[in-house]
This record gives sequence, C-alpha cells and structure tokens, in this order.
Amino acid sequence: MSGGRDGEEEPPAERRIPGPRAAADDQEKLPPVRPGGWEPPGPPGPPAPALPHKVLQSLLGAWALAACSAEETAAVEEHLTSCARCADEALRLRDAVGLLHTDGALDLDPMLRSRVLEGCLGRRPARIPVPSWAAPYDAETARLDALLRDIGDPEWHAPVRLKWFEADHQVNRRTTVAGVIGHLMAVDGLVSRALGLHDPLGGGDRPVPPTPAERTETYWSAALRPLTRAVQEPWRDQSHTLVRTVSFAGRGVAELSVPYGDFALPLQDSLLERAFECWMHGGDIADAVAYPYEPPAAPHLHRMIDLAARLLPGTLAERRRTGLAAPARHLVTAGSPGRSLHLEVEGRGGGDWYIALDSPAALGSPAHAVAQVALDGVEFCRLVAGRVLPVEAAAGQEGDREAIRDVLFAAASLSRL
Amino acid sequence: MAKDAPPRWDRRMQQRLTRGEAAALGELYDRFAALVHSQAHRMLDDEDAADQVTREVFGYVWENPGAYDPRHGSMRAWVARLTHRRSVQLLRSTHGAAEGSGAGGRDEELEHRVLRATAAARADYIVASMPASLRAALELAYVQRRDYRQAASDLGVTGDEARRRLRLGLQLLSTANTRPSADTTPPGYGPTP
Repeated sequence: MSGGRDGEEEPPAERRIPGPRAAADDQEKLPPVRPGGWEPPGPPGPPAPALPHKVLQSLLGAWALAACSAEETAAVEEHLTSCARCADEALRLRDAVGLLHTDGALDLDPMLRSRVLEGCLGRRPARIPVPSWAAPYDAETARLDALLRDIGDPEWHAPVRLKWFEADHQVNRRTTVAGVIGHLMAVDGLVSRALGLHDPLGGGDRPVPPTPAERTETYWSAALRPLTRAVQEPWRDQSHTLVRTVSFAGRGVAELSVPYGDFALPLQDSLLERAFECWMHGGDIADAVAYPYEPPAAPHLHRMIDLAARLLPGTLAERRRTGLAAPARHLVTAGSPGRSLHLEVEGRGGGDWYIALDSPAALGSPAHAVAQVALDGVEFCRLVAGRVLPVEAAAGQEGDREAIRDVLFAAASLSRL
Repeated sequence: MAKDAPPRWDRRMQQRLTRGEAAALGELYDRFAALVHSQAHRMLDDEDAADQVTREVFGYVWENPGAYDPRHGSMRAWVARLTHRRSVQLLRSTHGAAEGSGAGGRDEELEHRVLRATAAARADYIVASMPASLRAALELAYVQRRDYRQAASDLGVTGDEARRRLRLGLQLLSTANTRPSADTTPPGYGPTP
C-alpha cells in the first residue's frame, strides 16, 4: 500500500538505504541485521510477524536514530524495500540525524556582554542609560544568569556551604544551588521594597523581617519543597526590574536609603553590595558544580573594594564600642585627617585607600599612615566576604600591628549570610 | 535556551529599544546572545568571527529597532535571520579575501560551504525552538543513546508516543536541509546590517 509520489513506482530493491548509526546500548538479544552497515536490504530473511504499515511508519524516527529493537529494525528495513513513501521519509530522517550534534552550545565569554553593549551604545547613545553605579549589579546578575542556564536540573540540588564571619569566627550554613539563588532573591528584595517594587517576601499577613539573614531564613522555610531551578526566573525578573527601575528613576534615587535592619545603605551602595554578593555566591555555585568563574571586570571590582574601604571606619567604631577593637588613640575634629591605615590593593581593580582608624568622621590620610596592608584585590574581597580568615589572608603587613589586626578583622566582620 | 517569547514581550522590547532604554538592550542581550553567538559559531567555526557577528547583530538591532515587524514573526526568528545573513556575508568576504577573485571551482566550494553551514545553523535553531517534549526525546535517543522504549519510560509516556516524538522531531529537523539558497530571506526585514 505504498503509493509512491506522483504515481511513480520506484524500483525498491535499488534504493539501498544505509542503516542508521549504530546504537550504543542496544539491549536486545536478537542477532544481527547490523545497523550502521551499508549492506543492501538483505535477502528477505524470515520476516518477523508483519507489522502494519502504520506501525512501521511510526518507527521511522526511532529507526533513523537506531533506537528500536533489532526485530523492529529488520522489519522497517524490509518494509523500505517495498514502500517508496516510507523509503523517502527514511532517507530524509536519516539525513536529519546528521544535523544533530552532541557538542553542546559553547559557553559564551561572560565579558562579551559588556563589549557588545558598549559597542551598541557607542553607535547610538542611550536616551535612558543604566546609571554607572548600577552597572556592576547589571553585569554580575547577567553573568550568574548565564552560568545558571548552563547547568542541568540535578546540579540545582548540588550542596553549597555558605560561609561568613560572625563574632570573629567563621560560621557556615548548608544549602543548595537553588537555595543560594533563593537567598540572593530574598535579599535583593530589600532593594525592591525600598523602591516600592514587588517584594518576593511580601504578600503574606505576617510582617516582613528586616535583616538579610532573617529574610533568607523566612524565604527558605516558606518553601514547602526543596527549591528547584524554578527560582531562576523570578530572581532574574527581579534583577532586570531593579536595573530598569533605577534607570528611569533619575538622579536623586542614588541616595535613597535602603534599610537592612540594623543598618542602611544609600541605594547606589546597596546595589554595589548586591553585585558583590552576586559575584561571591556565583563563585560558590560555580565551585559546587565545577565551573570556572572569574572575578568581575576591573572597574566594577574597584567600586566594590572602594565600598568596603568606605565602610571600614564605621565598622571599626562599632567594634570599638563592643570592645572588639582597640580604643581610639588620637581623636581629631570631624573632617580633619587622622591616624590611618594604608590599604594597598594590588592587581585587577586595585588602588590605594587610607582607612581612618580612630573615627569615621576623620579623613584617611597618607601623611598620617601608621600601618600598611598590601593584598590582592580578589583576596581582599574574599576576606570581606568571610571566605578567608583575617589571620590567613595573604597580606603584606608593615607598621602598627594592632591597627592591622583591627582592620583585617573589621573587614571580615562585614560579611554575613 | 528555547523559551518562546510571547509576542507581547517582542512588541514591548521593540518599544523599549526604540525609546533608547539601555536596560532593554541588556535584556535583549541576555535573551538572545547565546542564540546569536552559537548560530554564528556554527556558521563560521571561529570564536572571534562569532564575537564579531554578535557585536554587529546587536548593534544593528539597537540602531534599527523599527526594522523589526512583529507581524512577520517573532523577534527571535528575526534576530536569527540577521545573524545568518551577517554570517554568510562574513563567510563570503573572508573567502574572497583569501582566494582573490577565485576560480569557479573555489566559488562552488564556497557556495557548498555556505549551504552546509546554513543547514547546520538552521538545524540548531529548529532544535532550540521545537517543543521541549520533542527535544527531550531526541536528546535521550541521540545523546544518551536510549532506545525508544527506554526513552518512553524516562519520559513517562507510552512507546507509541515516544516513537511519535522521535519521528516528528526529525521531521521538523529535516526541514533544515530543504530550504533553497543561503541568502534568500523573506522580504520585509529591512536592509542587511
């Protein structure tokens, strides 16, 4: 019942349709009809109980992929000698298999994004630009998103141990890749909230907890089942919405206060802090699934280091109040240069910072430097993120040991869940 | 990445690009960069050339968002066509530069290469855009070498259904081979970048 096209009857025996590629794990016990050969459709062997045309036709895809049993393969190939229509389709499908390939998509160079976007904006300047202080957040969320798209479903459940520094000790908390994204989303929600956008923790009857750690625990415990890759989309939507919103919001918004519970940051620093967290947790995830993950672009890294350097004097003061740092030595009037530590950050994103030691109101000053710490930018960031202990940080040190110790511990204490 | 963009997303994106919103450009990149780059790489088999096409395609879209006509298909398909066109141009120009005003045999070889590359790139596009159920079946059979009964049990469907999916998936894929020539592009998509 073949019915060749255009009523044309092709001489079936001449068609010699080569078989499909060899199956890797054909588990059927029946002997040969070697798939993969270029044998002519053999002499009509003892045919299996004839399968109806419809069934044979439905097997053509599986046949072309060498994904049916040996009997079925034989039956299909037998059928192809007598049915021109199926023979045509079989050829077409087998050629289509040649278009499949196993080498998955190449990983996109994460730095290509900024090059492409810069190129575009050079050709046509944006009428509504992304503020420069939001650029690191935009870039880091995009980079993590690209990594997440490359990992498979099971990897979302890979264990991740989050580390930070609390009461001068390293502590940790176990979660999964999906849990890390949930954490990022819950804390980014602080920024959304400050901007009057949808808060992923909002909507319930209970008041939303204010601190990043409480928000994270609330988010995690509200999930009835372990988080899956389904968190990626809402996380990404939220970060896109944040970038878009701050682009439209105008200049003043940079100083909008974002409350973190026990402290607050102006929006521009808050997004920088979120970019930093996104990079660090991207690194945690990459480690968990054995992917490479590079540090941010140099200008972005520089801004992140600068934020930490600016937060250090206030943190030192806070630690002094609780007896964790040595007392102030020389108080100066606000705005005057005071005793300082020279933080020399080497490598990508590096530079020189002078950290006022005795009061956040004093100005850091090279002329008043009593100590110097030199370390690599990424190492400094890992210290600030609580991934490296102050005593283990690979840092060149010179001068007042107490000042150095206080600053290194203050840096580590900037970390949290 | 095979999320089929709803037309609403396409129109909205076009408006935002027209308005000159840099954040929209970033979102556009996030959605289509993998597609553009892998298509260009499939065509040109060269990382730098694929980077270059990626820069040019996004540059073109950013400068000419009005050239997209949602009535003629998805933005995804439009971006894929732009990528293809630009890749073919690049393939021809690098070939021309390498061969001088080459002999006929060379030209034939080039045309052959363009056709092959086009089919390969189109096949990738078809696989990426086909329903996830068909793609999953093909992946099980081709990449993981499961037979259709095993694939059926992996997917939780009947053997009939697995056979149907494999056949349908390959039928879709086979259309990559049947389009006529490399740079025939449907009308109405504006000038080439």
